Amino acid sequence: MYVRHLQVTDFRSWEHADLVFEPGVSVLVGRNGQGKTNLVEALGYVATLGSHRVATDAPLIRHGASRAVVRTAVVNEGRELLVELEITPGKANRARINRGPVPRPRDVLGILRTVLFAPEDLALVRGDPGERRRLLDELLTTRAPRYAGVRSDYERVLKQRGALLKSVRASRNADISTLDVWDGHLARHGAELLAARLDLVADIAPHVAAAYAEVAPESRPARIAYRSSLGEAFPEAHDREVLEDALLAELHRVRGQEIERGVCLVGPHRDDLDLALGDLPAKGYASHGESWSFALALRLGGYELLRVEGAEPVLVLDDVFAELDRGRRRQLAKVAAGAEQVLITAAVAEDVPEELDGLRFDVRDGEVRRV
Amino acid sequence: MYEGPVQDLIDELGRLPGVGPKSAQRIAFHLLAADPADIGRLQDALQKVKEGVVFCDVCGNVSAEATCRICRDPRRDLTLICVVEEPKDVLAVERTREFKGRYHVLGGALDPLSGVGPDQLRIRQLLTRIGTDVSEIIIATDPNTEGEATATYLVRMLRDFPGLTVTRLASGLPMGGDLEFADELTLGRALSGRRSM
Repeated sequence: MYVRHLQVTDFRSWEHADLVFEPGVSVLVGRNGQGKTNLVEALGYVATLGSHRVATDAPLIRHGASRAVVRTAVVNEGRELLVELEITPGKANRARINRGPVPRPRDVLGILRTVLFAPEDLALVRGDPGERRRLLDELLTTRAPRYAGVRSDYERVLKQRGALLKSVRASRNADISTLDVWDGHLARHGAELLAARLDLVADIAPHVAAAYAEVAPESRPARIAYRSSLGEAFPEAHDREVLEDALLAELHRVRGQEIERGVCLVGPHRDDLDLALGDLPAKGYASHGESWSFALALRLGGYELLRVEGAEPVLVLDDVFAELDRGRRRQLAKVAAGAEQVLITAAVAEDVPEELDGLRFDVRDGEVRRV
Repeated sequence: MYEGPVQDLIDELGRLPGVGPKSAQRIAFHLLAADPADIGRLQDALQKVKEGVVFCDVCGNVSAEATCRICRDPRRDLTLICVVEEPKDVLAVERTREFKGRYHVLGGALDPLSGVGPDQLRIRQLLTRIGTDVSEIIIATDPNTEGEATATYLVRMLRDFPGLTVTRLASGLPMGGDLEFADELTLGRALSGRRSM
C-alpha cells in the first residue's frame, strides 16, 4: 500500500499542509523544528489512532486551535480509500471513510498500515518494559484490529480490579467476595491478550534475528523471547484455556500480596520482551550502536512480518540516518529500497544514502515544497 | 458570563447529563421567554419527582406507589425475574412486549472505581425474592466490563438455589443489519455464541 495524499489542518505546528506522494521513496528535508516529524506523526495517528511521541491527544492540536484534522488517501492494491480523522482532545474523535462517517474511529484501523522507526525507539531497548509491550500490542492491532478491543477490555478490568484491591487494603474487612469475579475476568481477557502476544513473538522472532544480522553483520546474533509475569507458573502449552487457568491459579496464589500492596501483580500488563545479543541481555550490555541496530531490527522485523502476511505497510524512517554509521546506513537503505513506499525525514539531505533516490520535499517556515 | 439568575440557571442546567454549555444557554433563554403557566407546570413536575416518586419495594423500579404497576399486575408471570441495572432498562425490555415476568432493578453495576460493590446494589433484596415461585432469573445487565462482572457475580450467588435456572441475554448481531457492517467484537461474540438450527 502507499499514501497518495496527506492533508493536515491545525495539527501540531501546521496550520495547513498538503502533500502528494508516489510509491517509492519520498524524503522530507528541513532543519530541526520545521515540522517534518509532525507530518509523519499524522500518518502514524491514522494507522494506530495514537502518536509515537505523546500519550495524550492534547499536544497534537495546534496552539490556539480547538481541533485538528488529518485527511489521507491510501492506495491498497489499486483501490483508493480516503480517511479523515477529527481529533478533539477530551472528546471522542470522529472519523470518516470516503466522506461517510463511521460509528467508531476504530473502524479506520487497518486501512493504513505503517511501520515507523524514530529516534524515540532507542527506548525499545533501553527503556521500561512498557515500551516493549506497546511495540507488541501495536503490532497485534495492526495485524488484527480486533485486539484493540481485547486490549481495552483488559485495561478496563485491570483498572476496576486495581480499584477494588486498593479499597480492600484501605478497609481491611471490606467485601472481597467480588474479587473472585474480577479475577475470572482478568484471567479471561488476559489469556486472550497473552496468547496473541505469544503467537506474535513466535512469528516475529526469526524476522527480527534476520533483520539484525543484516543491519549489524559484525555483531552477535540477536534473540527475542517473551517473559511472562507468571514466572515459574508459565505453562508449556500456549492455548488460551491453559493460559487462563494458569493466570487464575497464580492470581489466587499471590492474592495476599496483592491486597497488601493494592496492585495487580500478575497479567500481561507486567510482562516484558527479553532482548539478547549472544548470551547477554541487550539492556546494559549492548553498545550504543548495537542498541540502535536492535531497535531498528525490532521495527524491521515487524515490517517484514506484516509484509509476508499480506498488505505491505508503509515504512516511515523518522530522522534516523543521522544516528547510524555509514555501514548501517547502507544496510538500512538496502532494506528500505525494496519497500513499496518509504517516507524519510532528515535534517540534511546528505544523511540519506544515495540509493534512496526519489521525491524530495523541502519543509521550511510552515510550508512544504516539492523540489 | 450573564448576570445573576440567568447565569445561575445556565450553570444548573449545564450540570444535567447530556446538556452542554450551549444547550444550557439555549434552554435558559427559552425558559426566560416562556409562558408563566408553562414554567409553573415544569416547576410542579420537578417538585413532584422529588416528593412523589418512590422506589417499588419489590423490584426497585421507580413507582408512584409503594409497589409498582408491574409488580401489582396479577397477569404477570411470577416464575420469571429479569434483572436489570437501571429503571430505564425496564422500559427498554417492556417495549419488546416479549417479556411477561417481573423485574428486579439493581440500581447500577459492580464498579469499584466509583466505589460500587455488592452492598450498594439491590442484590440482597433479589436473593430474598427467590422463593418457591421463581424458576428462572434472566440477567440483563449491560454487555460491558462492569455489566459482565455483575452478571458473573450474580451467577455465583444464584447457583446454590435448587431448581433455579439462571440465563443471560444473548449478545450478537442487531436485527435488520448487515453482517459486513458489524464490528469485529460483536461479530466475534455472535460467532462464539452461535446455536444449531
